[in-house]
Amino acid sequence: MSQAQDTETVQEDGVIESVSGPVVTATDLDARMNDVVYVGTEGLMGEVIEIEGNITTIQVYEETSGVGPGEPVENTGEPLSVDLGPGVLDAIYDGVQRPLDVLEEKMGTAFLDRGVDAPGIDFETEWEFTPTVDVGDTVEAGDVVGEVPETESITHKVMVPPDYEGGEIESIESGEFTVDEIIAELSSGESITMHQEWPVRQARPADTKETPTVPLVSGQRILDGLFPIAKGGTAAIPGPFGSGKTVTQHQLAKWADADIVVYVGCGERGNEMTEVIEDFPELEDPKTGKPLMSRTCLIANTSNMPVAARESCIYTGITIAEYFRDMGYDVALMADSTSRWAEAMREISSRLEEMPGEEGYPAYLAASLSEFYERAGKFQNINGTEGSVTAIGAVSPPGGDFSEPVTQNTLRIVKTFWALDADLAERRHFPSINWNESYSLYRQQLDPWFRDNVADDWPEVRQWAVDVLDEEDELQEIVQLVGKDALPEDQQLTLEVARYLREAWLQQNAFHDVDTYCEPKKTYRMLLAIRTFNDEAFDALEAGVPVEEIQDVDATPRLNRMNTSDEWNEFIDDLESDLEEQIRSLY
Amino acid sequence: MKEYQTITEISGPLVFAEVDEPVGYDEIVEIETDDGRTLRGQVLESSEGLVSIQVFEGTGGIDRNASVRFLGETMKMPVTEDLLGRVLDGSGQPIDGGPEIVPESREDIVGEAINPFSREYPEEFIQTGVSGIDGMNTLVRGQKLPIFSGSGLPHNDLALQIARQATVPEEEEGDDEDGSEFAVIFGAMGITQEEANEFMDDFERTGALERSVVFMNLADDPAVERTVTPRLALTTAEYLAFEKDYHVLVILTDITNYCEALREIGAAREEVPGRRGYPGYMYTDLAQLYERAGRIEGKDGSVTQIPILTMPGDDDTHPIPDLTGYITEGQIVMDRDLNSQGIEPPINVLPSLSRLMDDGIGEGLTRGDHADVSDQMYAAYAEGEDLRDLVNIVGREALSELDNKYLDFADRFETEFVQQGYDTNRSIDDTIELGWDLLSDLPKEALNRIDEDLIEEHYREDAEEAEAVQAD
Repeated sequence: MSQAQDTETVQEDGVIESVSGPVVTATDLDARMNDVVYVGTEGLMGEVIEIEGNITTIQVYEETSGVGPGEPVENTGEPLSVDLGPGVLDAIYDGVQRPLDVLEEKMGTAFLDRGVDAPGIDFETEWEFTPTVDVGDTVEAGDVVGEVPETESITHKVMVPPDYEGGEIESIESGEFTVDEIIAELSSGESITMHQEWPVRQARPADTKETPTVPLVSGQRILDGLFPIAKGGTAAIPGPFGSGKTVTQHQLAKWADADIVVYVGCGERGNEMTEVIEDFPELEDPKTGKPLMSRTCLIANTSNMPVAARESCIYTGITIAEYFRDMGYDVALMADSTSRWAEAMREISSRLEEMPGEEGYPAYLAASLSEFYERAGKFQNINGTEGSVTAIGAVSPPGGDFSEPVTQNTLRIVKTFWALDADLAERRHFPSINWNESYSLYRQQLDPWFRDNVADDWPEVRQWAVDVLDEEDELQEIVQLVGKDALPEDQQLTLEVARYLREAWLQQNAFHDVDTYCEPKKTYRMLLAIRTFNDEAFDALEAGVPVEEIQDVDATPRLNRMNTSDEWNEFIDDLESDLEEQIRSLY
Repeated sequence: MKEYQTITEISGPLVFAEVDEPVGYDEIVEIETDDGRTLRGQVLESSEGLVSIQVFEGTGGIDRNASVRFLGETMKMPVTEDLLGRVLDGSGQPIDGGPEIVPESREDIVGEAINPFSREYPEEFIQTGVSGIDGMNTLVRGQKLPIFSGSGLPHNDLALQIARQATVPEEEEGDDEDGSEFAVIFGAMGITQEEANEFMDDFERTGALERSVVFMNLADDPAVERTVTPRLALTTAEYLAFEKDYHVLVILTDITNYCEALREIGAAREEVPGRRGYPGYMYTDLAQLYERAGRIEGKDGSVTQIPILTMPGDDDTHPIPDLTGYITEGQIVMDRDLNSQGIEPPINVLPSLSRLMDDGIGEGLTRGDHADVSDQMYAAYAEGEDLRDLVNIVGREALSELDNKYLDFADRFETEFVQQGYDTNRSIDDTIELGWDLLSDLPKEALNRIDEDLIEEHYREDAEEAEAVQAD
């Protein structure tokens, strides 16, 4: 987070009037809405959220125990902003972009102390800057002026800040610089550094928003296969506790083929964040073989960290995502969980004694949610590049009831819905995404990509799988009443095929070295293998072979081993020919 | 320290007083009544000229002439290693007649959040000796794993069994390199005297008391004090774990009573209520308790939490279990049906979960086949459970041979695997072998969650044959 480095911007001080948890009111403070202020003698960071007459209401991002009336409030005169520049990747921040490793060092303890501030990027580190424009070139706001190799896998593009006028380049440097040193000067009198600040509650400008047509390949069969999301799309993962929201988010953060991943742990468990912090540096990006962390920015605001910072962490995350989008990258933002964010809004709102809307949530809940998801999308940037921000939000509905306001308001906006199901989770069917309830509205616009890059008949094969699963759903109702053996043989066979679809194809073990990532071609081949079994089996049935004999064919259990097979191409080839041979030998 | 006689309003657990000097939020207050009693409270809201105070012991006996003293500091817990073996009341005063506590340090009871960067990911298996936990929902050091129970279910017996039996296997063999010791912190909130006696008797019988610190807020103690008790317990736990290198197991019972106290205060403050009248900040409040568990990089000790909560009406969508489930790393669910069948402990493994299990088990930690076996048992038991509904309608004869095997599996799983009694301590080896024993009743082909090599190694062929003979 930006420190108030220019003392000139500091305006008149106010005095605390009352304190109630994270909400503090101050008198005589000359401030605008959303200005960042420092509260009390310890200088706790806060943000102005209401102004009424002479009284300013502030939400404080730190614990307020012991703070009392009469203590000073100092205004920075600037809205809550993030520091952008080289050093954002591979970093771990709290909800207001303070790097957690720096905080540990500064505080000298494993516990989060108060009143310690730290800038979001390191101002000491020198970065190797190579200009990509020459003196005399004209640059406009957003244009790239040079590059910095930020991490092993990502080249950071240094851009003219979007709020600059732009002009002719009068001088430009090359070599090692800190983020604060001037690297270029413009004829407009503006000077460029590698460091930008941007207010988190304001979307970074872009030229136009386009229809996304490329999928975000996640390596998860049920997602790529049945409910794909586009690069620049939006998705919600609602589910009761224990249904696997976090594991799904982690899997996406690990395997999705985005250039940059911003992972926001919003009000979640401390140990889970630690797992991410420990795991990611060791994991390899399947595409480049480089450490995953080198393309990742983590924002960790655990459930016991101050509630106001939980409210802001989502904005911090999406602003960082937009910054990399502006460089022309495909960015994936995972927010776990947006319900905690909504609850933070509710908590603050109730402390303000605002009139509550549904279930105590503020009336502006829907507006805030749609504002957030609207910042995702595939964009034509103002510098002419194309970039995207994909937003995937977990939702934690109380009691697993999807009719609650956060889920409902989210569903009105997002185009992909991955419904997690407690029943599936209980029987350890993971990922426990319910295939009957989930949907993706991107299927149509992504089909051309799948036809070109995976298989020409992808949409047809997928439709076949959907039909079988639908039919199973209907048949199960009858089975519940009369038992499976009372069904006609062809329906019994359909159930058997559907079982393979569920167990061999939809289930995926996130903790198995091979199965954790499944490339789209393998997803397709596995599906084809099950269809081969289906076709052969129905032919045999028609020829009069009893259904039990077909089921007992030696090769069939191997369908369940396809997922963990490394040499899947050969494995599936063999399996298909064995299935064919063995089933045909029955008649 | 300034003294006021300026109380303007007394309402439920709250007292409002006028002040002429600023008072800090969360500060501790002493109120002296006419009859000479001193009550303690905490500042809930501080504005210029007026503060609202929440009184821990209840406001009975306070009148407008009572004098109010602000101590100028937030609530602290005096901590020392000598607390081990002591019994304290819900606000931290000794009630065991022992000597006065000489603190080594005084710690703020509103703990600060552990920096996620400084945490160490918990992955040390704790063997509880309970198959339903070790085999299916493994507990690890630094985890917070609540017991979701209902009124009249034996959750206390299970908690005691865990407290008695919990060990880390390799340390039994004497190669505990860090030399850390085990300690139990017991925080009782609003439980009955009888329940408290049950715990105390067991602690005394097994000699566990000398490595325990007990905080007692009983059912007839003031409700507001319950909001402080767990914080005192956790502050002590953190001190023992991170300053004195103990492996601390914290048992908090009953979280439901704690939440009721929160609701009571919320109502007295005329706050806008959230779901079912509980305050909107209950998630944050509970998180501030539950998140005080874990391991810290560079420290030998750890805090493991087992909170117990009784679900009103056995409903796990009730706000208390619901919010808890979203914060804790899983849950152990007690089941009324299993209990009435006499299964001890009546753990229903299907809705139970341990989120940290996957990293805490496997080769070198428990056994290489642990994950697969547990997965397969889950799937098979779920299948058997489903079929039970069907059997009620169509009868066993109408089901296939395989379906019947699943039904038998589900029965054996309950009566042999989960059932073990509160005094049996099963090693993890015994638990997993028992698992194979049960799984070997199913045909090999049905074991689709287990690696083929493992099936070769562990599957009991003879069991299947024996079963086949029986079936004939």
